[in-house]
Amino acid sequence: MTTQLPDHPDFLWRNPEPKKTYDVVIVGGGGHGLATAHYLAKNHGITNVAVLEKGWLAGGNMARNTTLIRSNYLWDESAAIYEHSLKLWEGLEEDLGYPILFSQRGVLSLAHTEQEVRDSVRRAEANKLNGIDAEWVTPEQVKEICPIVNISDDIRYPVQGATYQPRAGIAKHDYVAWGFARRADEAGIDLIQDCEVTGFTVDGDRVTGVRTSRGDIGAGTVALCAAGHTSVLLEMLGVRTPLQSHPLQALVSELLQPVHPTIVMSNAVHVYVSQAHKGELVMGAGIDTYNGYGQRGAFHIIERQMAAAVELFPVFARAHLLRSWAGIVDVTPDASPIVGHTPYENVFLNSGWGTGGFKATPGIGWCYAHTIAHGTPHPYVAPFALDRFETGALVDEHGAAGVAH
Amino acid sequence: MQLIDCPWCGPREEVEFHYGGQASVAYPETPAELSDREWAEFVFYRDNPKGPFTERWSHAAGCRKWFNAVRDTRTYEFLATFRPSDPEPAVLRRDEEVSA
Repeated sequence: MTTQLPDHPDFLWRNPEPKKTYDVVIVGGGGHGLATAHYLAKNHGITNVAVLEKGWLAGGNMARNTTLIRSNYLWDESAAIYEHSLKLWEGLEEDLGYPILFSQRGVLSLAHTEQEVRDSVRRAEANKLNGIDAEWVTPEQVKEICPIVNISDDIRYPVQGATYQPRAGIAKHDYVAWGFARRADEAGIDLIQDCEVTGFTVDGDRVTGVRTSRGDIGAGTVALCAAGHTSVLLEMLGVRTPLQSHPLQALVSELLQPVHPTIVMSNAVHVYVSQAHKGELVMGAGIDTYNGYGQRGAFHIIERQMAAAVELFPVFARAHLLRSWAGIVDVTPDASPIVGHTPYENVFLNSGWGTGGFKATPGIGWCYAHTIAHGTPHPYVAPFALDRFETGALVDEHGAAGVAH
Repeated sequence: MQLIDCPWCGPREEVEFHYGGQASVAYPETPAELSDREWAEFVFYRDNPKGPFTERWSHAAGCRKWFNAVRDTRTYEFLATFRPSDPEPAVLRRDEEVSA
C-alpha cells in the first residue's frame, strides 16, 4: 500500500508492427503468455518471440480474477507446480523490478461439514508432507485470524474449522501483467495487441504460422496460452480436448476501511473474499453451470453468493456492490490443467487452469518456457499431459481447487 | 436471469433449471470393443463451441423432465428448446449479428 505507483502502462512497452516470422509465437497476451515470454528470455535466452493478444494486453481473465495466490493443493503433482509458483511470487517484485503489491496475508479455507473437516485435515497433512505451510485451525482460531467471521453454531452452515496457509496472499493483477510485459519488452520480445488469431498454416504435422487479423505470421513454435478460448483455437487445428468454457463471476464492493485481514474461502456455501489494497471487498463465486464465452454471468449466482457472504460476515450486510464481471475459464474433468504436447509437433498447449490460473502465473510461465525451449515438458507439468484422459492417470483436484466445478 | 421455455411447462425462471451439458452423447453400442482413446472420448470429451450449442437441461424445480436446447454460448440466448424425442429444429446461425 505504501509502494510508489508504477508508470502508466502505455509507456511500459513498445507497440511494434508484427514481423514476418518469429522463433516462438505465443497466442494469448494474458498473465500466462507474458510470464512465458519473460522466462523464455530470462532462463533460455530466446527473444525472437511474439506475444499475440486479440484485445488489449492482460484484458481477459488476468483482469477478471480475484488475485488469490496459494499452494495448498492435495496431490503431489499439483502441490509441486503451485508451490513452485508461490516461491516465484515471493521473489517476483525483485525479479521484475516492478511493484506488484504482493501481500502474504494467509488464506482460511473453511469447513462446514464433517466430511469437509476430514478432507481438510487430510489436505493439511498432505501439504505438510510436501513442505507446504498448512495447518488445521479450530473455529476459535479462525475468529482470532479473521475476527469478522461468524463462528456461531446456529447458522445454516456453521464453521467447523479451517485449513490455514499463512504464506498465501494476493497481488495486484494489472501490475503483475505490466511487470512481466515490461521485462519481456526490454528483452526484445514483441507484444502485439489487437491481433486475433484467425487460423493456422499447416504443413503435415507441423504448423508453419498463424493467420491473424494483422496478417500472416510465420512461427517456428506455437505456444497456446488462451485460457477459456483454447477450444476456439484448437478447433481451427482439428484438435479435440476435454475442455469446457464457463463464466466465472466475481465482484467488488465499495471502498471500506480495513476490516478483513486475510483471505477466506468457503467451498460449501460458496464464496471467497479478500480485501483489496484500496479497500474493496473482492468476492468470487463458483462457475456458472453452463458453457459460455460471454464474459458476463447470471444474476442468480451473485444472489446466492451474497447470501452466503452475509451469513459468514454479518458486517458485510450494508456494503454496496460496486461492479461485477465474469472471466471465461476452461474447466477440465479432473479440475487440473492440460499442458504439453499436441498432435502437432511444434504446437504446445497450456490450458485447463479453470479457476486457478492467476496463482499459477509465474510457475507455469517458468515451466512452459522450459517446455517450449527444450521441446519436452518440464517435470512439474509432465503429469498434466493431454493423454492422461486416455491412460486414466488423472490428477483429481476437485477438493483443493476451492471452487465447485 | 432469463426465462427458459420448458417444452412441457412453458417459460419459467432460469433458477428452476439444471444444466446437463452436451446433448445426444450416446452410450457406445459396442462397449467391449472400444479402445482407451474411444472410452476417453465418450467419458471426458465434449464439444465446446463458441456459438450455437445443443445441450441438455432439466426442469429440476418443475416437471423434472429433461429436454434439449440450442443455446448461443456467446449471448446465452436460447434459440430453441425441444423434447428429446423431437428432431432438432433448424435455428438461425446468427454469426453475422453476434460479434465473436
